[in-house]
Amino acid sequence: MADETSTPSAPSTSRPEGSASSGPSGPGGRPPAGRPSGPGGGGRKFFRRKKVCKFCVEKIDAIHYRDVRLLQQFVAERGKIVPRRLTGVCTTHQRGLARAIKQARNIALLPFAARY
Amino acid sequence: MQRTYEIMFIVRPDILDEDLDKLIAGLEGNITQGGGSIKSLEKLGRRKLAYTVKKFNDGNYVLLTINADGSLVGEIERRLRVSEPVIKFISVRMDEEEKRVAKIKAIRATRKKLSAQPAAAVAAPAPVEAAPAPSPAAEAASA
Repeated sequence: MADETSTPSAPSTSRPEGSASSGPSGPGGRPPAGRPSGPGGGGRKFFRRKKVCKFCVEKIDAIHYRDVRLLQQFVAERGKIVPRRLTGVCTTHQRGLARAIKQARNIALLPFAARY
Repeated sequence: MQRTYEIMFIVRPDILDEDLDKLIAGLEGNITQGGGSIKSLEKLGRRKLAYTVKKFNDGNYVLLTINADGSLVGEIERRLRVSEPVIKFISVRMDEEEKRVAKIKAIRATRKKLSAQPAAAVAAPAPVEAAPAPSPAAEAASA
C-alpha cells in the first residue's frame, strides 16, 4: 500500500523537474524527454495562457437562463454551445451552462440555429 | 408540497396593454385559487425573439415567480397552452437551485470568517454583519 502511494507521487514530483530542466535544455537538443509532459516547453512562441473557469473565478453561483448576456459568451456564432476545451469552463459549470442555454433556447432568448 | 417555480411566458406583440393586464390578472387569480402564492411578477417588456414563433418576431415577456404545488403548475401550464395570446412559455423549478446557491454562500461566508480571524480579532462584529448580508444578495441574484 505504501509503495503504491509513493510510486505515483514520485513521478509526479519528478515531472515538473523534468519539464523545468527541459525548458532551458530544450533548444540544446534533448526534445523527447520533456516534450510530452510540457506543452509550453515545446516552443516559446506557442505559449498558451492557462484557461480558467469564468464562473469559478468570478464566483458566479447560479447560471440562470435569463441572463442572455452571460450565456451569449458561451454560444458560437451559429448558436452552438462552445465546448469546454475551448472556453476552459469547469465540468460542473459547463453542465449548468448547457442546461441554462437549452432553457433559454426554449423560450426564444437564444437561437437554436442562427441564420446567416 | 409547495415549491418555488418560475414561469416565463411570451405574449403576442399585437396585444393591447389592458388585455395583457387582464390576462395576467386572470392567471394570478388561478394561482391564488389553486392554493399557490405569487412571489413576484415582472413584465420584461417587448423583446425580439431569437427565432420566429407562430409568425411573430417579437413578443412581450412576462416573468412570474410563484410558490405552488406541482399539480397547480401543471394546471397553469395547461391554461397557458390553451390561452390564445400566449405564444410560448417555460416553467422552471427554482427551489433546489436556490438551496444550492444558499449553501455555497454559507460555506463561502464561513471561509471568509476563518481567514479574517487572525488578521483582525478586533473586527469581530464585522463577520456577524457580513453573514446576513449575502442572503439579500442571494435573493437579488435569484429575483
